[in-house]
Amino acid sequence: MSGARHLYVHLPFCAYRCGYCDFVTVVGRRGDHGAYAAALLIELDLERPSLADNVETVFLGGGTPTFLEPEALTGLLEALPAAAELTVEANPETVTQALAGGLRRDGVNRVSLGAQSFQPHLLEVLERRASPDVVRRAFYHLRDAQFDNISLDLIYGIPGQSAADLERDLEAALELEPEHLSMYELEAKPGTRFTHAHGEELARQAEAMEDYLERVVDVLRSADYRWYETANFCLEAGRAGGRDLRSRHNLAYWRGRDYLGLGIGAVSTIGDRRWRNAPRLRPYVEALGAGQSPPRELEPLSPEIRVRERAMLGLRLDQPLALASVDAALDEQALTRLEGLALVERRGNAGRATIALTERGRFVGDAVAAELIA
Amino acid sequence: MPQDRIRNFSIIAHIDHGKSTLADRILELTDAVSGREMRAQVLDSMDLERERGITIKAQAVRVDWKGHQLNLIDTPGHVDFTYEVSRSLQACEGAVLVVDAAQGVEAQTVANAYLAIENDLELLPVLNKIDLPQANPDAAAVEVAELIGDDPENVLRISAKTGEGIEDVLDAIIERFAAPVGDPESPARALVFDSAYDQYRGVVAFVRVVDGSFGPRERLRAMAQGTRFEAEEVGFFAPTMTPTQSLEAGEVGYVITGLKDVSRLRVGDTLTAEARPATQPLPGYKDVKPMVFAGLFPTDSDEYPELRDALEKLKLNDAALVYEPETSNALGFGFRCGFLGLLHMEIVRERLEREFDLDLLVTAPNVAYRVVAKAGEEIEVHSPSDMPSEVERVEEPYIKASVIVPKEYVGAVMDLCNDRRARFDHMEYLSEERVVLLYELPLAEIVLDFYDQLKSRTRGYASFDYDLSGFREGELVRVDVLIAGEPVDALSLVIHRDSAYARGRALVARLREEIPRQFFDVPIQAAIGSRVIARETVKAKRKDVLAKCYGGDITRKRKLLEKQKAGKKRMKQVGAVEVPQEAFLAVLNLDEAKR
Repeated sequence: MSGARHLYVHLPFCAYRCGYCDFVTVVGRRGDHGAYAAALLIELDLERPSLADNVETVFLGGGTPTFLEPEALTGLLEALPAAAELTVEANPETVTQALAGGLRRDGVNRVSLGAQSFQPHLLEVLERRASPDVVRRAFYHLRDAQFDNISLDLIYGIPGQSAADLERDLEAALELEPEHLSMYELEAKPGTRFTHAHGEELARQAEAMEDYLERVVDVLRSADYRWYETANFCLEAGRAGGRDLRSRHNLAYWRGRDYLGLGIGAVSTIGDRRWRNAPRLRPYVEALGAGQSPPRELEPLSPEIRVRERAMLGLRLDQPLALASVDAALDEQALTRLEGLALVERRGNAGRATIALTERGRFVGDAVAAELIA
Repeated sequence: MPQDRIRNFSIIAHIDHGKSTLADRILELTDAVSGREMRAQVLDSMDLERERGITIKAQAVRVDWKGHQLNLIDTPGHVDFTYEVSRSLQACEGAVLVVDAAQGVEAQTVANAYLAIENDLELLPVLNKIDLPQANPDAAAVEVAELIGDDPENVLRISAKTGEGIEDVLDAIIERFAAPVGDPESPARALVFDSAYDQYRGVVAFVRVVDGSFGPRERLRAMAQGTRFEAEEVGFFAPTMTPTQSLEAGEVGYVITGLKDVSRLRVGDTLTAEARPATQPLPGYKDVKPMVFAGLFPTDSDEYPELRDALEKLKLNDAALVYEPETSNALGFGFRCGFLGLLHMEIVRERLEREFDLDLLVTAPNVAYRVVAKAGEEIEVHSPSDMPSEVERVEEPYIKASVIVPKEYVGAVMDLCNDRRARFDHMEYLSEERVVLLYELPLAEIVLDFYDQLKSRTRGYASFDYDLSGFREGELVRVDVLIAGEPVDALSLVIHRDSAYARGRALVARLREEIPRQFFDVPIQAAIGSRVIARETVKAKRKDVLAKCYGGDITRKRKLLEKQKAGKKRMKQVGAVEVPQEAFLAVLNLDEAKR
């Protein structure tokens, strides 16, 4: 086996924890940054055999990767394998001119900036510290450092967010002309502080916000963005000098490719195995300090499961899937029924047939998948 | 045993007033069972009965006391089994009427006492639980005495729990109850007052010999049904089965018939000997008809054969249960079952779920209707969906209901009864504090949630009993429910015209909440014939997609999908619409306010 061509590195450190967040994060602990970065590199060494020689994408996610001590971050970036796409997630308040320049020098060619919203009252509900101006300034620092592939994350469905608020957020984002936009509906995950505080209000406004995704798609499409995945948009190639601005790293997930994940809470999927590193910092650092794999949870993946996942993930994309690659996972009767409801579309014939969700199907993609996938 | 040394009696009581404990003490005191061997409450053989504190199947135990043979005949303690109770009572000359000294007279006390009086039984009133601190025996004695027209002085005071006063009860049974007066020389006649099915020995009949005698290996005949069989064994319970060479006039015991089906030997029938048959059967045989019907469907349609087998087995032991296959467009294959009443339905359902490990969907119960179609022929309808749309006349069963409550709740009970088409008959004061209210109302009005409502409106103080009083014409209509234009047979209901509109509206509103949003708009309508009386729409879902899905989310997302998939399997398909099973229960618990 040639090994994974996609590498994810998890940097859990944050200055503070936002109320809605359910990622594996570690607040503060600056003293641990160096040790953690060192542990990551030991894990990389241990897992090297499962990585392909030519790595295509590397993605540093978090947490707040840019909250890492600058030396530790530079050291890490230098030690990671070279890749055609190297993305780092950044929190606006951490992006200074120096940081932007540093990232660029370290070979980063794509930055995903967590803007979330451009309106103070919504940022406050989300417990974000960056003001709208800080978000804009961070964006311009990145542009000034010659980044030509910047993605903005926005959250919609925030408690108290009106349709007009949503339009204003989209407008503010579009003014910056990002190459890429990720539009996440706020998920009130059970057990988070946020759900505790806002869960009831979210449930109340659920119906009013039902068409927000439709609004998002409308606005972004008319600004020449391609809705290429359920939650992701990129500037049309025609408007970007022919460049394909989809996230290559994330496309790998949606196409069911193998990937290696390093760091606490990181997930890897390689062949018939998936594993998740335990989310605690100290046992992770200690195990790797002793040259051992960190504590993990292993999940065996049968070929049937992988096909099912490929269908589930692939249907999130705007490009049709080769039917032959997923039809083992599909319920034929459901497929016919869903075609009748104009939610799924088959095209082409026999060996070359493809399957994709229709426009309407994409808005109810989870329900369609639940029915379609046997 | 000469008849003047025999006493046959029952113990009758309201639920939890201590009937079973008294029976246990009597057995203990007469050495029928040693204390060590004694399982609490020997007479209640089924676990289910034990848990509910009720007795489903009567049995009879023979004990000796001061040179007399006493036969204690156990009776079922609930209204649904009135007919069985009356047959058990017919086998006796007297009944011990047990009343809780703290609770006083309750609805079943009254119903049972009247039933005993109708059967010409001598009553021995007994106050139980006098050891309880809250016991008020003087007041209770007055209530009981008033009820049966006796002197409060004659009411015995006991504690079945401590054993106090039990000997007095036994002495009083011999003193006050009459001895049997059958003719030992006449052709043999015995009343079948109960039966049970034993998987090795077949149907066992519990009998009270009235005239002549019965012995093993005799050819016998059940006079009403005409069933013939040979007695494989005769005997009595002491308390275990004890075979004997002869059951004599006045005695109580059992006959092992070898029959394989309880429905061939019905309670109330008369056994006689083929060699010298009696010409007249004993009076009172009635073919009991189920009055409450409901559809039973397996939650998982693959379990249909298991449900069929389970019903077959239950039926062996429960002659009152009837069932026939039913096919529902929404629920698939199941059975329409007939029950004596609500408790009987609940017992059958619980036994199916517990003893046979079945997962059941029970549709809203309805009563039996007598329908005269436009064409003139008369039919009995057991399911709302079978109700013809063109009818000349519909009759429904009525009941006489008695409700006993503390006087401050009389208004609450009257309100409830008025809502239920009840006709007030009269009201009596049992004591200064407690009142019995007598009503006549359609059985259909109590099959859903009457009892729960009664309990909650009277803070649990009301006791309730009823007896069927016959069929009467009613202005009844059939309300159908259509989901996305498809009529859903399992949701049809028959209802009085005046409440059809409100009920239909409440039902569709409720269904709108129960039916999840689909890929398309789903109209839900209630209709009488082709006239739609209520309508709601479950709007199509516009968005159902989780925003984020990256490398770390895949497993969670797949498991979510699998869970959704499993949830779908529990849905029932109505046309193109997936309807959760819970929706079919919506009709059961419509908010009272919406009625």
